[in-house]
Amino acid sequence: MTQVSYEEMLIDLMNRDDRIVVLTAENRAAIRSLPRRVTDRFIDVGIAEQTMIGMAAGLALRGRIPVVHALATFLTMRAFEFIRTDIGIRRLPVKLVGAVPGFLSEANGPTHQALEDVALMRGIPGMRVFCPADIEDLVAALPAIVHDSHPWYVRYPLADQSRNHEPFVAGRGEVYGHGTDVAILTYGLLVREALDAARILSDQGHGVRVVHMRTVKPLDFELVLSCAESCRMIVTVEDHFRTGGLATAVSELLAETQARASLVTIAFRERWFKPGRLSEVLAHEGFDARGIARTISAELKCEEGSRVLQHLNPRTVVSIV
Amino acid sequence: MNLPPSRFANLETEALSVREHIIRMSVDGGCFIGASLSCADIIVYLYNCVLRIDPHNPQNPSRDYFFLSKGHDVPALYGTLVERGFFPRERLSSHLSVDDSIYWHPNTHVPGVEFHSGSLGHLLSVAAGVALDLLLKGEGNRVFVLLGDGELNEGSVWEAMLTIAALRIRNLVAIVDRNWFQANVETESLIPLEPLEQKWRAFRWNVITTNGHQFAELQAAFDAALGLEGPTAIIAHTVRGKGLPSIERRADRWFANFTHEERDRLLDELHGRATADLVSEPLVVR
Repeated sequence: MTQVSYEEMLIDLMNRDDRIVVLTAENRAAIRSLPRRVTDRFIDVGIAEQTMIGMAAGLALRGRIPVVHALATFLTMRAFEFIRTDIGIRRLPVKLVGAVPGFLSEANGPTHQALEDVALMRGIPGMRVFCPADIEDLVAALPAIVHDSHPWYVRYPLADQSRNHEPFVAGRGEVYGHGTDVAILTYGLLVREALDAARILSDQGHGVRVVHMRTVKPLDFELVLSCAESCRMIVTVEDHFRTGGLATAVSELLAETQARASLVTIAFRERWFKPGRLSEVLAHEGFDARGIARTISAELKCEEGSRVLQHLNPRTVVSIV
Repeated sequence: MNLPPSRFANLETEALSVREHIIRMSVDGGCFIGASLSCADIIVYLYNCVLRIDPHNPQNPSRDYFFLSKGHDVPALYGTLVERGFFPRERLSSHLSVDDSIYWHPNTHVPGVEFHSGSLGHLLSVAAGVALDLLLKGEGNRVFVLLGDGELNEGSVWEAMLTIAALRIRNLVAIVDRNWFQANVETESLIPLEPLEQKWRAFRWNVITTNGHQFAELQAAFDAALGLEGPTAIIAHTVRGKGLPSIERRADRWFANFTHEERDRLLDELHGRATADLVSEPLVVR
């Protein structure tokens, strides 16, 4: 496992390619030393997300590759129309890095909870969406993303607890395990919770595989369909609203291909989460390993019950919270 | 040296208590301590001497409206609301617990909070809507909004300034907590705001500049503001981290998550007993 931080990798890329410029809307958590190390290609616009996106578009028009930073909510929502119109319509290769997405906003409250960022970004034609599980995952993918011709949105991950990952390929997920009872499809922070949930479920006798989708767009169609074919149940788990995120992307695919699958979606529905310290929030909302295992275990029991009663419903769509 | 007792001794005592509350919230997850300390005196003055709000009936239709637009300063607001009797002080000990709603930004699950905030540059326009309706209905409630100086980076603030002046929304007072920092940098080294007074004036607002830590000056500023036909801006010069010399004017002490020992030393420092020796790594967040 490399020990390279996001910031070191970014500076390394900048040293090799002077087209790369780094912008921030006064959010420097991920790039603390970068401003003094690459002074001429670092721009802090202040707390002005719309201006930052407009400028990034202008820089991209001049051949630059802007990598822009802000909190995920303010980046994808306050500046949404600028992203869609200035970056999206021209498909400019701007890289958007959103900090503290989903549960990582912890105790900030709903104003800071990016639970619709994936939906908004995947809705823009040409935009790609990467939700790394950890820094290792992000750093390994960064060269490919920076040099890709598409605009990208990246959900910046938690800084600790990295694991090894397969080489990054856009549109290809990572599979852990071979179980055929349940396929847990997830991304970002919740990969580690899903892996721990899989251990709990396998101790209960269930065969589980965990799929880290990595890029929610492009979605790994083949992998999702192979899970639908070989597993009794597909469960999507995401710190996102059910509308527009992975649950929707998977639903669209299953519907379009008329695949038969029992789909359970674990996501937020019509509400924000209770703010607090991260581990307490995960437990409170049922998104820690135990909570995820509990929900899946209940769904499996429910499904077995319905089989016994010969109530074969090929497509149960159930959602918690 | 014996100084005569201040006319504002009770306010000074209360502001000290509010600062204690803020310090107590800077552990076990932490809070935006620097920015909270800079506006504590302004909020204490507002709730004691300006705002007509009944702590036991904060939704009374005849109340004045106070909007905290720089929502990360909420420990100063919660400390003041506790001291004014809006809710019991014990509730502050549930700071950051998922069982309550005392987290890093204001929300209306807490009595006395008029509107949620946390995303900067929102509440000047929300306040304008409330103020406009009060004018249209001929009601006498007044509307106050507290903004951060860093918050003035947001374009939406300037849009609201233009519109409020254009619509002559005269029952609205905006207060800028001019603490000269935004997050982990100095305002003038990043996006210079000066000459700030002239900027507001050019947008056709009355402007009063004051010291945001001296109650006599705050009194003069608010008395003057309420005597003018608005909209009026009060630019209150403050010190980030005010009251704790070891974190005053420190770019890296905006948000802090201190150890319990550090908290105790800061409480001592607040009361002038010692200078705190802080070892916690400064956090860079927003």
